[in-house]
Formats: sequence, structure tokens, C-alpha cells
Amino acid sequence: MDAAAIGRAITRMAHEIAERNPDEIGLAVIGIHTHGVPLAQRLAGTLAGILKRDVPTGELDIAMHRDDIALRLAPVVGPSHIPFDVTGRIIVLVDDVLFTGRSIRAALDEITDFGRPKQIQLAVLVDRGHRELPIRPDFVGKNVPTALTERVAVRLTEVDGKDEVVMER
Amino acid sequence: MKPNWQHKDLLGIQDLTADEIVCLLDAAQAFKQVGERAVKKVPSLRGKTIVNLFIEPSTRTRTSFELAAKRLSADVINITATASSLVKGETLKDTALNLQALHADMIVIRHSAAGAPHFLARFLKASVINAGDGAHEHPTQALLDAFTIREKKGRIAGLNVTILGDILYSRVARSNIWLLTKLGAHVTLAGPSTLVPRVFEQFGCRVTHDMEEAIRDADVINLLRIQHERQRKTMFPSIGEYAAMYGLNRDRFSRTKPDALIMHPGPINRGVEIDSDVADCGRSVILEQVTNGLAVRMAVLFLCSGGKHELTAD
Repeated sequence: MDAAAIGRAITRMAHEIAERNPDEIGLAVIGIHTHGVPLAQRLAGTLAGILKRDVPTGELDIAMHRDDIALRLAPVVGPSHIPFDVTGRIIVLVDDVLFTGRSIRAALDEITDFGRPKQIQLAVLVDRGHRELPIRPDFVGKNVPTALTERVAVRLTEVDGKDEVVMER
Repeated sequence: MKPNWQHKDLLGIQDLTADEIVCLLDAAQAFKQVGERAVKKVPSLRGKTIVNLFIEPSTRTRTSFELAAKRLSADVINITATASSLVKGETLKDTALNLQALHADMIVIRHSAAGAPHFLARFLKASVINAGDGAHEHPTQALLDAFTIREKKGRIAGLNVTILGDILYSRVARSNIWLLTKLGAHVTLAGPSTLVPRVFEQFGCRVTHDMEEAIRDADVINLLRIQHERQRKTMFPSIGEYAAMYGLNRDRFSRTKPDALIMHPGPINRGVEIDSDVADCGRSVILEQVTNGLAVRMAVLFLCSGGKHELTAD
């Protein structure tokens, strides 16, 4: 995907989110660190234009909630920042690539530590398959069938200086 | 981002690099935020067992480590000297091996003998965290002091930090000196010449016995308690004289820089090294140090429980 394709995918997902939650005052978007965060901000920006009101955004660092600390070196942990109460809201959780589903599992656990949302929906830029947990996305930018050995690299201007999604071996 | 922390133990500050210290402080930043959530607990160390082996008495450090472990979802056991088989003649090594045989994943140790944690780390597979060894090191205290300074001042490099009081018998002082100089601060040690010998200049600090000189340019003043329990009686004539000569009273406080931070590792002796007014003033961050200590200890326990081998990125 190039920059234009990423832009179109975000616009389309924003419309789908707005369609699914037309009257939802408490809609908020939370991005998973690192690449989910700028994606969440872009989605929220587009959503705000469609809904004609501000959509609050938050960021989540799931390093403390991972299930593999014993398997590898302790990861770099960063703070999560959710500047609103999640209780009673509809939260759209945003990540760049949906793969095994383990990051999403960790993120769901962490969000519920902040409060009790009314609903959590999942938006991902790329769904590459190979789920290891019963988790499915509500909004998908692009479905990409992959082999387990392949790597999907998402680069975004805010983090990497350019917008692109490429397959790497 | 590559994790910078690759140790199973935290034995002291002396052996750490500046990058490793910054890595710990950054992780603590993340853990501090956990304390502000509705659920102040994360599942990171679920199923791990942490033993607090406190051979020397301590309330605040032990409580802080215990709470840190609980906030990380680990199981905690506290063992104090009087309640352990050490009084029945068991050696420290045997006690530690028994704890490991019970599948303890980490041992947090405080001991009156310098080097006790290093001794355990040589033969234990479990992680060893130094919670204070004699007059040698108290690494988590130095880390929480640095965390507090960085949070309040935005940096550590270039700051003038004065450590005041009982330097000779203080493990807090040694850990602080190593940490602050590694991160580029200018450290001044001050107090009576019996407690602040010139030999400390070897650590790369300034040593002075003149209070005015010690506090005049200080951005941070870290006051240390007189360690009655670790001290011979001849170091200074009386507590009253110490308070008059070296206590941070209202008069001396008025001659510090207007934004100088006042720190103290606790427990404070009001009216001795610090006046009540000064301890409770707006520039005193003594209680914030306690809050930050919890975050720092969570970071230490978390980082030291990382596995040895890195697998895949996701």
C-alpha cells in the first residue's frame, strides 16, 4: 500500500465507524503503541469531520500486559495515556497489523483496567491472518494473506517519515 | 527499540552504564502511570514468586518492594531476621538455597553486610535485588532520587546536587554519588569532617565542611539521616550541636536557590537534619520520593524478570 491507499483505507474505515455508531456521543479512539497511535489520531480526525464533533483519542502501551515476558528480554515499556474516562463509552481500539491477536488480548485487558467501556470495537489497517486467539476485527483497511515467515511492515509519516505498507521476508 | 536492560540482578549502581540507568528511569515513568488507573495492578509478573529477605530491619523499603511486587501481580513472601532460621544458625547461603528450592523467582535482600547480595547472586539462579547492603549500596533509593530530580528539573546532567549529612555510613550516599556522576551531575558532599572525609573526592565529588558553600549553588539538596545504629559515638559531640551546625533550618533554607529541591530518603528526624517548616514546605519532595520509589521498584522487578533470549519481535 502506498500513502494514497493508506489514506483511502483510513477514510473508508472512518465512514464505517461513523455508520455503525451514528448517535454515539461517547465514541473515543485508542491507538496501540507504536503505530496504532498515529493511526488512531488520523481516524479520529476524519471521524470528527464526518460526525461534526471532537472524538477524543488515547494511547495504550501494552508492554506490561504481554504474556511472553519469560520468553524474551523485558521489553521497553512506555506510559499509556488515556485522557478521558473509558467507562460507558464506545471505544474503537486501533492497531496497524492484526496477526496472532495476542497484542489485542493484552490491550483489552489493559483498557478494562482503566474502567468499563460500553463496547470495544477493533479497527486495523492490515489483517494478515494466523490468529492464535478468538479475536476478529470490526473494521479492516486491507486483508493481506501471508505466510507465517513473512513480515508486514507498516510505516507511517509520524514515526518513520513516510507512509507505506510492504511485505518483507 | 532494543531493550537496554539485560541483567537478571540489580546489585548496585556502580556497575551500571548511563544508558542502563536511563532505561530503568524510563520504565519507571511508565509504571508510575499505573498508580493513577482505576485498577492499580498489571499482570506482568503473574505466577512469579518474590521473596523479601530483610535481614536488617526496614519498614519503608520493604513495604515499597512488597507493594511493587503486588502491583505486578507477583506473589510475595516477607522474611525478617528474627523470624527466620538464621537465628537457629542457618547460613545466609542455605536460607537462600532453600528459598530457591521453593521456586522463588526473585530474592530482594537487605543485609547489614556489604556484598551480601553479590554473594547470593554468584550461586542463585533466581534474580537478586539489592535493597541495601551495609554501608555499600542502596540502588533503588538512588534510582528513585534520580527519577524525582529528573521529573522536577527535567534533567540531571549539569545540575548541582548537594548531599548533606552522614556520608561515611550511608549506602544511599554511595549509590547516589555513582548514579549522579554517571549522568553528569556535579555532586557536593557536606557535613562534619568526621562523617564526610576528604577521601570521598576520589568518587569525583566536591567535599566541603562549610554549610554556606554547600547550599549556595545547589539545585538539589539531599539530606541524609544520622545513622545512629551504624555509628560510633565519637563522630560529633551531640545531636543538638549537629542540628545547630549542619541542620537545614529556616535561616539556612532562606539562603538556598529559590528553586532548590529539598529531598530526604526518610525516615526524617525533624529538628535534627531538617526543620519541620522546611520538611513540609512546597519545595520539599520527600513524599513524592516515596511515591516514585514504588514506580522505580516496579520497573526494577519487571526488567530483571525478563527472559534471557529474545525470540521474535511480535
